[in-house]
Amino acid sequence: MAISDDVLVIGGGLAGMTAAIAAARGGARVRLLSHKASTLRNASGLIDVLGTDPGGHGPLADPFDGLDALPQEHPYSVLGEQAIREGLALFDDLLGDRYLGAHTDRNALVPTHGGTVKPTARYPAATAPGLASFGTETLLVGFESVTDFDAPLAAAHLETAGVPFEVRGVTLPFPGEFRADARVTRMAHALDEDREVRADGPATGTRATLADRVADHLDGAERVGFPALLGDEHGEEVREELADRLGAEVFEVPMGPPSLPGLRLEDALEAALHEEGVRVESGNPVVGYEGDDRVETVTVERVHREVPYGAEQVILATGGLVGKGIRSSRSGVREPIFGCHVPQPEDRYDWFSDGVFDDQPYARFGLRIDEGCRPLDDREGVEFENLRAVGAVCGGYDSAREKSASGVSLATATVAGRRAAECL
Amino acid sequence: MVMASKTTVLVIGGGSTGCGIVRDLAMRGIDATLVERGNLTHGTTGRMHGLLHSGGRYAVSDQASARECIEENRVLREIAGHCVEMTGGYFVKRPEDDEAYFQEKLEGCHACDIPADVVSRKELRTDEPYLARDVEKAIRVPDGAIDPFRLCVANAADAEANGARIETHAPVTDVLVEGDRVVGVEVEHDSGPGKRVHRTPGTTEEIRAEYVVNATGAWAGRIGDMAGVDVEVRPSKGVMTIMNVRQVDSVINRCRPKGDADIIVPHETTAILGTTDEEVSDPDDYPEERWEVDLMIDTLSELVPILQEARTIRSFWGVRPLYEPPGTGTTDPTDITRDFFLLDHQERDDLEGFTSIVGGKFTTYRMMAETITDHVCEQLGVSEPCRTAEVALPGSEDLGSLDDHMDSFGLRSPIARRSGQRLGSRAAAVLSGSDPNPVVCDCEAVTRAEVRDAIDGSGSDLNAVRIRTRASMGNCQGGFCCHRLAHELSPRYEEDVVREAWDELVEERWKGERHALWGEQLSQAALNDALWATTMNMDTDPARTGVDVDFAAFDAGEYGFESEGSSGVAADGGTRGDQ
Repeated sequence: MAISDDVLVIGGGLAGMTAAIAAARGGARVRLLSHKASTLRNASGLIDVLGTDPGGHGPLADPFDGLDALPQEHPYSVLGEQAIREGLALFDDLLGDRYLGAHTDRNALVPTHGGTVKPTARYPAATAPGLASFGTETLLVGFESVTDFDAPLAAAHLETAGVPFEVRGVTLPFPGEFRADARVTRMAHALDEDREVRADGPATGTRATLADRVADHLDGAERVGFPALLGDEHGEEVREELADRLGAEVFEVPMGPPSLPGLRLEDALEAALHEEGVRVESGNPVVGYEGDDRVETVTVERVHREVPYGAEQVILATGGLVGKGIRSSRSGVREPIFGCHVPQPEDRYDWFSDGVFDDQPYARFGLRIDEGCRPLDDREGVEFENLRAVGAVCGGYDSAREKSASGVSLATATVAGRRAAECL
Repeated sequence: MVMASKTTVLVIGGGSTGCGIVRDLAMRGIDATLVERGNLTHGTTGRMHGLLHSGGRYAVSDQASARECIEENRVLREIAGHCVEMTGGYFVKRPEDDEAYFQEKLEGCHACDIPADVVSRKELRTDEPYLARDVEKAIRVPDGAIDPFRLCVANAADAEANGARIETHAPVTDVLVEGDRVVGVEVEHDSGPGKRVHRTPGTTEEIRAEYVVNATGAWAGRIGDMAGVDVEVRPSKGVMTIMNVRQVDSVINRCRPKGDADIIVPHETTAILGTTDEEVSDPDDYPEERWEVDLMIDTLSELVPILQEARTIRSFWGVRPLYEPPGTGTTDPTDITRDFFLLDHQERDDLEGFTSIVGGKFTTYRMMAETITDHVCEQLGVSEPCRTAEVALPGSEDLGSLDDHMDSFGLRSPIARRSGQRLGSRAAAVLSGSDPNPVVCDCEAVTRAEVRDAIDGSGSDLNAVRIRTRASMGNCQGGFCCHRLAHELSPRYEEDVVREAWDELVEERWKGERHALWGEQLSQAALNDALWATTMNMDTDPARTGVDVDFAAFDAGEYGFESEGSSGVAADGGTRGDQ
């Protein structure tokens, strides 16, 4: 066999990358296959574990307090609290001081670009000064052409949500010449490069010009929040310079796609994969497998031919409905590579509820797993003895309502990666 | 408090007919008021497939209707060019379809003065490559697509410009009858009167009128009941399923006598599959079922096989305002005439000052409006002639010179092109209204200037903004733009108003998307859920749920601030920063 590894990870999102690292740290030779760009560009970059009280509708102060109330098929119930802690510990170790929140079990409340607060367990350093539990007078700054964030509106909304501090918002033109529909990444790069801006007077850098414009509105605020576009590669430097010039803390409000905090997290994890010696191949889809009770090889479609990849242990991290690790048609829901069992109501009109934010059955679509993350068939037997599923391809939980997406990814990835390495 | 006002003619119903009538009345110098219980187009007009009939569909069964259709088809191309896309259409014959009927259809078109010619399979499939390989031939006719939202809004805007009053979100709660005469109505304003603004207290208003027109279509029986007369409409529901791309660029009709799921209309970036025809007892409450959606896809796949695998973005149902005179007794709703009826309640029920208009079709709305306006003018002794067939609607004046202006707004060309198509001759005035002018809805290429123009016209109602602009009607069904649209309401409206309008739009988008939840669109729904619930926390937002959050119980960070305290937690309820 031409290509063979100890552990083969299929999928390059948060769960796949973390599982690969966990397996590599367990001593395995690991290869990771990713097909398309990961869904991290859609993600806020916050690491949620459990943010909503399973019984009520309020934010949960301590995610570990909510575990007992989860249903028995929930990955947290299957894997146990220790798996979550193990996952977070791995994440904390990988991200170092780029993420905060490890000093406590408690959730932080982070302002969202929709104008409210959300509970999360770990948050980027760029977001930390903006936590809503802290009563510091706050100025939010939005930009005229950034339609995803309206600072005065978000400020008013935060006050309605009851935050314990004064908050105001102001909308300013972003320094420099941009198309009206320029992506936030362009503005981030202008700040990274501190590109010269020529307004009326002599040319100054983007950062100084921005700080000047904000300073007029500071009016006693001790922290200033911007949409998450404060630099890409040099974010810390950008924030520090703005904070120095303003004499106030500076923070980012997480945004939707394209999400810079999500992309930064992806970059950091890619660097970690490299460091751990994981071989990464991207661009080709996995289309099938060979094997019976065990997965012997998985089939990768390269241009015009199918290539078998062998491995002792295979980790499925292809994502859920969004990442297309779970697919559906009018006739049913399926896991397309291995055909693993996906519990589902027979009638597709039972897949949804009538209110948009009601409990949605489709949100729980995915594979049921055992305590080693192995997918289970319709009789609760193991589908393949050497296949493990991690992240959103797993079902039995509703990540959006629970605010649990990253926590499940990290817990499953850590268990699966470690177990896979142990089985070699 | 009950407000009171007077108008000469009161029109009930803000669909195409009502909007057409109020424009016609206003253009003839008559003081007119239109009241509509929801948004303009809220009833049947906003829930149709957007076909501008050539008349071909009725060329065998109902030649009088067919002649009216082709006549009005020509009129609308002139007066409503910015609402119309002349796609052309085909009546396609499959091998199993009846040849005799094909010939009848062709002769019928010719008899009704509908330009029609036969095209071969080869020519047909060159023009429409996704048609099934075994289609035999087709009759080509001047069918087109028309945007019913834009058309109604333009009629209403022109009526207002001519002095009419338009009140949306103002359901009629009573028809006022004195003796044997209707003298007005009572309406319940959801907010206002005036443009709808969420959270503005509503009022009850008594509007007295010399004449009242009931143009409520499928709901005409209810208004009739309030006046004490019987109007026997027979509402019939039909499903329409929206595909995310245009599999066809012409209107594709199946060439057979009658049947469900026999038409595909390309509409903007989408194609709309239709439809069914099933009588319902209540136009507001009828089942929306899986089989209906499946029938559209499975049956129309016989004409366009790739529909089987294609992505649908939502389905919706509309209710036809069918009517037949008492005693006709047709059992199958597909056999009920599509003709319209003017029911003068003085002649019919000895009730003066009140006429209902029922039946009819969208394509001939202007002609129906003209007929009823003539009738009302006769009652009022007004001799002013109708000019609605000659005077272009706002947005459709001088469309020829439009392209010249589109470069000057700094928009990328696909956005400029689509903005121009929607706005027509208003493009220059609207698009210069915002600097900078970022795109708010990427799927449908709608910019801030267009959104704000719509807000100018409709208040805080984002569904009204949607029907004016198409924002949130594309692939993502608002996943990426509902909040952006809400942002555009600020600072004109307060946060609580914005939030309510936003939530209403989100629910409305979900309502139709539920019927398309498989494949790509289920993935899209899951992504939207992640963006709205995970990233923004709309679902457990304390501002929305009213839950009192103990902020001090949460992590207040280890970063920067903790030097003052030992735990880093704001245990005082979060006022430490004020010290």
